[in-house]
Parts: sequence; structure tokens; C-alpha cells
Amino acid sequence: MPHLPSPSVPSSSLLHRLRRTLRTPLGVTALTACIVLAVVAVLGPMLFGAEADRVDTNAIDQGSSMAHLLGTDDLGRDIAARVVVATRLSLELTLQATVIGVVGGLLLGVAPTVLGRRLGRLVTATVGVLVAFPGLLFVLFLATVFGVGSTGAMFAIGVATVPSMARLVQNMTASIAGSDYVAAARILGVGRFRLVSRHLLPNIAEPSALFATQAAAGILLSFSGLSFLGLGVQAPQYDWGRLLNEQLNGIYVNPVAALAPGVAVVLTGLTFGLVGEVFAKASGRRAPLSRQQPPSEQSAMAPAPLPDESAEGALVQVHDLRVGFPDGREAVRGVSLTIGHGEALGLVGESGSGKSLTALALADLVPHPGRVQAAEITFDGHDLRSDPHLGTTLAMVFQDPMASLNPALRVGRQLSEVAEVHLGSTRAQARARAVDRLSAVRIPSAARRARQRPHEYSGGMRQRAVIAMGLMGEPKLVIADEPTTALDVTVQQQVLDLLAEVRTETGAALLLISHDLAVVAQVCERVLVMYAGRIVEDLPVAELVGGAAHPYTRALVGAIPTMTTDPNTELATIPGRPPEPGDADQGCSFAPRCALATDRCRSTRPELVGFDTGRRVACWHPVGAVLPLDVRPVDAEAAS
Amino acid sequence: MTTALTRNPWAGFALRRCWRLLVSLAVLVTASFAMIHLIPGDPVRAALGTTASPALVAAEKHSLGLDQPLLSQYVTFLGNLFRGRLGESISTQLPVSQIISSRLPATLEIAVPAFVLILLTAIPLGMSAAVLTKDGRRRRGELAFTTATGLLGAVPEYLLAVGLVAAFAVALPIFPAASQGGPSSYVLPVLSLTVIPAAVLSRIVRVETLRVLGEDYMRTARAKRLPARLHYLRHALPNLLTSSLTLGGMLFTSLLAGTVLIENVFAWPGLGATIVTAITQKDYPLVQGIVLVYGSASLLITFAVDMALGLADPQSTIRGS
Repeated sequence: MPHLPSPSVPSSSLLHRLRRTLRTPLGVTALTACIVLAVVAVLGPMLFGAEADRVDTNAIDQGSSMAHLLGTDDLGRDIAARVVVATRLSLELTLQATVIGVVGGLLLGVAPTVLGRRLGRLVTATVGVLVAFPGLLFVLFLATVFGVGSTGAMFAIGVATVPSMARLVQNMTASIAGSDYVAAARILGVGRFRLVSRHLLPNIAEPSALFATQAAAGILLSFSGLSFLGLGVQAPQYDWGRLLNEQLNGIYVNPVAALAPGVAVVLTGLTFGLVGEVFAKASGRRAPLSRQQPPSEQSAMAPAPLPDESAEGALVQVHDLRVGFPDGREAVRGVSLTIGHGEALGLVGESGSGKSLTALALADLVPHPGRVQAAEITFDGHDLRSDPHLGTTLAMVFQDPMASLNPALRVGRQLSEVAEVHLGSTRAQARARAVDRLSAVRIPSAARRARQRPHEYSGGMRQRAVIAMGLMGEPKLVIADEPTTALDVTVQQQVLDLLAEVRTETGAALLLISHDLAVVAQVCERVLVMYAGRIVEDLPVAELVGGAAHPYTRALVGAIPTMTTDPNTELATIPGRPPEPGDADQGCSFAPRCALATDRCRSTRPELVGFDTGRRVACWHPVGAVLPLDVRPVDAEAAS
Repeated sequence: MTTALTRNPWAGFALRRCWRLLVSLAVLVTASFAMIHLIPGDPVRAALGTTASPALVAAEKHSLGLDQPLLSQYVTFLGNLFRGRLGESISTQLPVSQIISSRLPATLEIAVPAFVLILLTAIPLGMSAAVLTKDGRRRRGELAFTTATGLLGAVPEYLLAVGLVAAFAVALPIFPAASQGGPSSYVLPVLSLTVIPAAVLSRIVRVETLRVLGEDYMRTARAKRLPARLHYLRHALPNLLTSSLTLGGMLFTSLLAGTVLIENVFAWPGLGATIVTAITQKDYPLVQGIVLVYGSASLLITFAVDMALGLADPQSTIRGS
């Protein structure tokens, strides 16, 4: 087996990967097809050559029979034998043209690196112009120059492959030539040609081989097409295209004979395609077909029993909310919360703590295949599980304003459609309302801005436009998911002020999700702290600094530097990392990172229980909290 | 608006694209001029056959202008080109421009309907496939779609044409097998040009739709709880159209080339059949003329698609080089 003794390419691992891929069904099919093709090409002319050329005037233009499986042509020659014999020439010409195309493409592709800057640019520009012409036109042009016949056609098709191959090689070498190790080699004074042979070629060998197999399939088809047109292989030689050309006139008499060479071409083309797939799979360049596991049906996870007391008059009432994924991961693990009318509630936690999914679950926007379950989830008095129609009562503001507006639609349109769909406004009314709402969020010259597309807006303006979108109706709840994270510090304040203003003017409740405690402290009245898919503490904002009971909340607060923090001390961090949603779920999730953790914390999970007024915490060792008797930590080690 | 021209990204984009078009056209014109000079040996002798008298060869050379110095030949060629003169065909002695104008309509009559049909089938097909199989739904349907379109993509158009003839003209004689005639004679040629590019394009559209459906702004649209029609047609379609057409742009130029083979299968009296005959007859002025027509047509299509996309999606003017 040939091998590359190159230091920069782990060729053994490619061979290893190839061998592994060849054992898959795809690999087995490709290998079998290749072997069959090779055997037919080698043995075909030996076994059937005589029969394919034997003229039989007694059996001209016959249909399919026992003697002649696919019938005979206008000289009485057996068509089946001719199709088999044609395999060798068809493959030979294809391979030769592929070699011309690949070698020419490599030379032209590497040329810009080896030649000086000016010449290199000229080569790149020429290739750029050439790839713009359709391949067949290029082939016909070259076939005129090289002359009609198999050699001319071979050169024509080979040369016509050069530009696209050269383009690929140029793109690859350009990225490699910019890499550190090539720069290092240049500094060390490695010559241009040595650079190409030692560093560039070995690194582009894999994708080039992949391209070559794909190109071979295309070349096979082009060659048969050219022969079919009468511009390729000439009689008495014949390849599949030539046979097709000869049999097309007899399609009324013997359609099978006209189709057989075509079938041979398609099957061989598919074989090349399979080989390409094997290569691509072995070099890991093909995105696997299955990105995710198939979603299972809604599993019947038993919801926790309903709580006895449900807060009267709450806008949002959620009990035991869970968001799971088909692979068993659970990102939100039983969250219960209430949001009062007009209340501003903050939801904080590290990334991955499940805070965004909690919000998306409230808005019925959890992406497939995520599954939402809850013992209770009501919004403004109606059950979201049976009737998820929220209309315009719930407005969402997302994190990245650069991505959350549709780039192809005018901003005004994106606002006005809300009124058209949900409020039954006419087009003109909706447009007027959109302009009105845009000016309400202080977008200057709103009428003109409404006709612009999002890319003409700045980041802060886009976020304000998204907020305006939520104000098209009369929202009772605004969910803002990290609304200021992607914005400039100066713009952040404007957006926060705007959210506060919206609250006072519309009386809507606000659920503000953030990892930034300062933002939450400024806007909200109450804070929920999430950790690993659960709420660990529920406290008023005023208690956040100094009054937090959960060690995690205290650590979060401690991690924020203030103006009085000594700039010479190291920034406080929380040691360790949060658990992944798939990790074992036993005991308190924060225990591995908690300085106060005991064996009890590691074995039994604390529930979220209330203490004082309106405060809840899930901890066995809350700081400074006076817990009801039944959950007070009574362990021996806690007492010591 | 003079300052706008320099500041406006769209104007800059249009200028760059116009410049690229001009350079490509110059290359095309020069290449088609150079073609006859690149042919090894004596092209006129080859065209007229070995039996032609030296006097006849010399006369033909003179009429083609091949006895002039190369530079003056090029200047004459360019001058004639601007006046729409493409020389005379060696085999028929007719003006090349006349042959082209009599054959071009037949080609356009199958290429344009095929172009429209490809768009009308590939986009709805690709979008529905994406919507039905998004987020890993309907695994089997997804496999069936990708396999079927993948297999079709591996079949060259002229083989499909032969297959269609065998099926719908020979086995079931519904449509005529060849030559231009009534409306029914257009069905098979147009279908042969449509099916494969439509399959390939619908694959691209599906992947692009899946990409667009995963974008943040589609989540915003979902948050607005629009009816499905608005959700997909107003919010997803414009975004996937621009990217799909950028990728599918090459399909349209190859469609033009595809007519060459299809016309030969159906003995269609268009340009494609003419260029093949011209090549076999070594009728170089005619080949030159048709290469110019096909080449400039594909360059103009690419240019038009680019410009249309630039208008539809102003952001692409900044992304594109």
C-alpha cells in the first residue's frame, strides 16, 4: 500500500480511518462496486471482445433474445457484449482526463505561492474568470481546438477540470500559507519549492483526493456526453457515450439497447460518488446525516402533585416546570415560580443554569426536540398546557438584537404584522401603530426608520425596535432574556431605562433574565437565583447584598468587584464549574463547589422552602436564615 | 447623488460586478478570437478537406482574414463584433449572425420554460421537505428525499432525456420523440432540462431552509405567533431565497449548456444542435459565433442573478467581494 512519509500529515491515521470506514455498509458497497468495475474493465475485453466485434448480417437490429440479451446493433453485433467491453475504454479515458485535471489544477493552484506576487495574482484572477463559464461550453471550445476524437476529448475534458480544481487548491493553500508553521518555515529560510513539497502538498492531499473522486464522476458523465454528441470517441472505437449515440436512432426498435449504456454510465458515476463518500467520511469532512437522536414520544413523566396554596391573583403561576431532551438530559429540573401583576422579577444564574429555557417554556418557544412538562403553568388565568395561545399579551426581548430581527424585511413591516394578525388592524392602521410604537421607544424620525431594514439600525436601536414590537399589543408580561448583554455599556443603560419606562406606562410585569446581578438589582424588585436547572434562592433585591442565605448567591454577589474593591487583590471567583445537565443528580448540585458542604449536602437534595416573608432558599446550611423547625439542619456535623 | 455613489455600498458592489463582467467578456471575446489560431496545423485546410485546391484554401483564408497580421486581425474582429458581424459560415456560406438569430429562439423556447419550472418546483419542494424534516423529524422521509434527489443528481440530463423518450414516446406513445412541432413536442425536452437541476436545487433549498429556520429572527417570528403561511412565506422565504440563489446561480448557466445535449437528443433545431454540427464540420466561424453567444449569455445570467440578489438583500453587497 502506498504511503506518504510526510511529517505533517498523519497518514497512518488516514489509512486507519479509511480502513474503519471501509467496514461500514457504505464502505463495503463502495469497495464491492469498485472491484466489480475493475474486474469488468480488465476481463471484459478478453472474454467478450470477439463477440462484441463479430458482425452478423443475419441478426441485424434484433430485439432482446436468449442469444443476444440486449439485442443487436445495425451490424448484428451483440449490444450486451459491447456495453461490457466499452467499460475499459470509458474508464481509461475518464482516469486519464482526471489525471490531467488534477495535475493541472495542482500546478495552477500552487503557482500563486511559488510565483511572485504579481504573477500569482494574475493566475488567481485568470482562474477566477475561467470558473465563471459553464463547464460544457469550455469543453466544447477546447474540443474544437484539440480536434474531434478520443485524445482531443480527453485533453478538452481534462483541461476543462483544471480551473475548478485550481480554485480549490488556491483556497486551501491560501489558508495554509497564512498559518504559523508555514510562517516559521519561511523565517527559517525554507525555499519556495521545498515549502510546497514539504508543507503545502501534504496538507492538501486529503481534500484534493476527495475532489479528484468527485471530479472523476463528473468527467465520466462529460466524456459520455461528448461521445454521445459525436465529438468524443470515434468509430470503430466505442465507449458508453458512443454506444448511446449509435443506439439512440434505434430507440423505437430496441429501447433497452439505448438505455443499457446509459445505465452503465449512471452506475459507474454512482460508484465514483460512493468512493468519494468513503473518502469524505474517512477524512471527516461530511456532516453526519443524523445530528440528533430521533425524538421519542412525549414520555409520561409523573408531574409532582399540585401545591395546595396557589397565590391568588398572580399573573404567572408555574409549578414543577421541567424541560428535558430526548437523550435524557434535563436542563430545567422542577422550577416553581409566581409572577405578580406588574411585578419586576429577576432570574439570575450562570450560563447553562436553565434560566433561558425556563423563560422560553413560559413563552411556549422551547425549540424541538425539547419537551416541556409542568404540574401547573398558567398565564393570566388560563392554562398554557391546554391553550398555548398567548396572542400579544406576552412580549419577548432576546439577547442578540443583531440576529433577532429579520434581515430581509423592513422594520415597520415586522412590527405592523403583529397588529394585523392579532388585533385585526388594517394594513394602514397597523403601519401607523408601528410608527407610533417606534417613536414611543424613542427611535428618531420613526416614519422613515420604519421603512428601513435592520442592518441600517444600530444595535441599541434594534433592541428598542424589538421592544417596540412587544408593545404593538398590550403586553401583560415582558420577558427580556439578557437584553443588554450584546450591547455597548452606554447603550445598556438606555435599554434598561426603556424597559423600566415600559413597565410604568403599561403596567406590564417584567421577567428579566441576566447573569449580571447589577442589571437585575437596578431594575427588579425580586430575584430568583438558578443553579443547575433549579431555583436555589428567592429573595428581594434589597437583600441581595449582605442578606442572601444561599452560599451560591453569596458567592455570586462576592464575585462582583465594586468601587471599594482593592484593585490589587485578585478577583473573587467561584471555584469549580457548574454541573452539566446530564451529570448525576444527587444531593445539592452546588455541594462540590460549596465551602459549607457536608455529607448531607452530597447525599440529600435540599428543597426550596420558605422562611421570613416571601423568601425561599434550597440549602441545608443557609447563612443567617431562620428556617422553620422541620427543615432546620439537625445533623451532628452541622452543630459542631 | 454623486457622493452617494462613492459611499453607497450597493453602488460600489454594482461597480465591482460591472468591472468583473467587462473583464470576463474581454476574456471570452479574446478566447473566441484566439480559438482558430490555437488549432494545431492548418485549420482552413482541415475545414475544407484534403482534396480542396490550394487556390480555394488561399481564397478562404483571405476571406477569413487569416493572411493578415495577427494584431490587425484582432482589431478587425473587434470592429466587426461591435457592428454585429460574426463572419460567414464555411460550410453554408451564410452569415453566422443570421444562422444564430434563426436558431436561438428554439433554444430559448425550451430553456426559459425550464428555468421557470425549476424555480417553481425546487423552492416549494425544498422548503416543504425542510419544514417536514426539521429538528430531526420524519427520519425516513428525510432519507427518502435526500436519496431520491441525490440519485437524480447523479444522472446526466441527456440520459434522463433518453429515458424519458423510452418511457413516454416509445413505451407509452404520449409525446413525440423528437423534433420541434406542436405544444406536446416541448414537454419532453423541457422536462429533461428541468428535473435534474430542480432536484439538485431543492436539496440546496432544503439545507438553506433548515439554516434559516434555526436563526434567531425566526424565533422572534415564532414569538409573534404568526400563521404558518406568514411564518414561512414572509419570514423564511426571502432569507433562504437569497442564499439558495447564490449557490444555485451556477445551475442556471449550466442549464444553458444542458440545452446542447438535450437538443441533440430531441433533434431540436436550436443553437446547441448547430454548434455540435459546426464542430464536427470544422466550421470555425460558426463555432466562434455560438461560443460567444453561449458564453456572454451565461456571464450575463450570473451578473443578473448577482445584481438581483444585491437589490433583494443589501447585506450581500457587503459580504460579497
